[in-house]
Amino acid sequence: MSSIFSLTMLAESIRIAVPYACAAIGGVWAERAGVIQIGLEGILLTGAFTAVAVTHATHSPTLGLVAAIGAGITLSLGHGQLTERARVHAVISGIALNLLALAATRMGLRALYDSASNSPGIEAFRFGPTGATGGAMLLRVLADPVFFCALAAVAATPFVLRNTRFGLRVRAAGENPVAAASVGISVTRVRLAALAVSGAICALGGAHLAYDQQRFESGMSAGRGFIALAAVVVSGWRAGRAALACLVFGVLEALQIVLQDEVRKTAIGDLIQTLPYVATLLVLALAPRRAGAPEGLGKHAAP
Amino acid sequence: MNDKRARALLPIVLAIAGGILLFNLIAFAFGQAPASALRLAFEGTWGTPYGLGQVLFKATPLLFTGLAFEVALRAGLFNIGAEGQLALASLVGALVAAKLPASLPMPIALPIVLASAAAVGALVAFIPAILRARRGVHEIITAIMVNRIVDAILPWTFSTVLGSTSLRTADIAPGAALPRLDRVVPSFAGSAASFAFPLAVVIVFAAMSALDRTRPGREIRWVGLRPEACRAEGIDVERRMLLAMLLSGALAALAVSSTALGYKGYYELGLGAGAGWSGIAVAMLGRGKAIGIVLAAIFLGTLEQAGLAVNARVPKEAMDVLEATLIVLVAVASRVASRTTGVVQSADPEPEPPCDKPAPTPASEEARS
Repeated sequence: MSSIFSLTMLAESIRIAVPYACAAIGGVWAERAGVIQIGLEGILLTGAFTAVAVTHATHSPTLGLVAAIGAGITLSLGHGQLTERARVHAVISGIALNLLALAATRMGLRALYDSASNSPGIEAFRFGPTGATGGAMLLRVLADPVFFCALAAVAATPFVLRNTRFGLRVRAAGENPVAAASVGISVTRVRLAALAVSGAICALGGAHLAYDQQRFESGMSAGRGFIALAAVVVSGWRAGRAALACLVFGVLEALQIVLQDEVRKTAIGDLIQTLPYVATLLVLALAPRRAGAPEGLGKHAAP
Repeated sequence: MNDKRARALLPIVLAIAGGILLFNLIAFAFGQAPASALRLAFEGTWGTPYGLGQVLFKATPLLFTGLAFEVALRAGLFNIGAEGQLALASLVGALVAAKLPASLPMPIALPIVLASAAAVGALVAFIPAILRARRGVHEIITAIMVNRIVDAILPWTFSTVLGSTSLRTADIAPGAALPRLDRVVPSFAGSAASFAFPLAVVIVFAAMSALDRTRPGREIRWVGLRPEACRAEGIDVERRMLLAMLLSGALAALAVSSTALGYKGYYELGLGAGAGWSGIAVAMLGRGKAIGIVLAAIFLGTLEQAGLAVNARVPKEAMDVLEATLIVLVAVASRVASRTTGVVQSADPEPEPPCDKPAPTPASEEARS
């Protein structure tokens, strides 16, 4: 039991929570601006692939990170152009985004590495002490530049949304786009700006996922974008609580990994892998009927 | 009338033209002379009777999954769980089919297998459906969770419950098998097209006409358009949503007829995977018409088969890229077409009461247009 309450466990929980938290913060940015964004999954995946492809080519994880963020912004803005300018239904655009990301990264794997399943290994960031003790692991997780960026995003988002002029405009566009437009706010531009932030933060999570595995695997986002979306809903579209929900999720998943070897021997076996998804379903089913959704979610300033 | 029909077709034509252009660009990026890759794709599909048979074979599951997405969309719901619904239903359907006595004639065996598969498909769809109807949880998140749970249940069933290492079921009873189409069209010889194709076409037309002509079918549609008005009118909105979603899961499950029953003769892990996703594209291209769904499924079946034909030179994944792009292209093109021709989209003039889902209410119409 001591393995459950240990520094190793803490390190694992944080490490696992980062991609979830990034996607959730990305979701908060998009949806607080009033844009339904179910394409977080696709942005995670694209971010992961771009980070690996660029790192593999340049041997610089920093460049890989920058490229991943660029890819995330591009996809997110593409979603924004479709929903806000072309007025395509946001759910359809989001589904297409996810399918496109899955197919394009698969095609990229074939084109670049002639593989159907994964990329060759890469050298990601390596900071902090070596060693297998819990303390060393925790330090390595915390000294990771991607984690640092993610932490900054989590910390800054509630502040920016609450206290800055930009944040106020984002919330106005999300709560009541018609009223926002009537006081001279360009709702489309504000939403696109928020989507750019959303895509950048979400792609950060993708890069973390890939650097953590030190390679890209086909479909490696494994539903994280949707679980993050569930965290956004359960938190009432609040960034801090959403990130906290993701951390709880990280703890659950770390617990699953610790228990895995024990459980594998029982009849439950590999079904233990369904734990994150079952937990998400349960939380969604038991959480109070959603409150706090932006009133203008999916609505436009002008018909 | 003609003008109206032309207007409805324009987005499809534009989207397909854009798709062909994109395919040429991808082929070019992989170092192929564009026209040669396109010719290869054509020769592998419509160029020979065998290729044509393969196109019909690839189109068959898409007819079911496309119809499934369409049925849910009528109620304003996005059933993106067809992938999991079909997978678990295929497993159970094949297990039932394998247990049936070999002497059981087809008119009895086949309905038993299809009904059990449909029941499982509906059961899998029930989870997102009930959470949506009772708790207001958006069906997209829950459907993905269910998909992933099914992904884990399948190998677990094979290894732990069935104790098999081969990740496939036993062979199905002969009475549950659908014969190949080459029995009647000899030139399809060698292709995997089976009688599941005509069965699927009949079901698409029957289901679409039932949706348009029966009371529950029309209520499903009204619920998708104006849930608040329906509630005021005394229609049980939640019940209709539930019905649409269960129907959708059952229809997606019927795709097992073309894979385990009409092709392999057993179910193995991964058989029919991807059909659930492609069904979304079929429904979007199909524009809510039975004939549209049939043509869209044949078109996407052509893409899938063409992907195999060009795979040696251009990765077949290019076709999936194309499919996702087509969803976007047809959505944009129809928006642009409806704007330039002056057809006003039904905008909601009243502020909506805070409804219990993230999607705007008239999802069924808005999604398509």
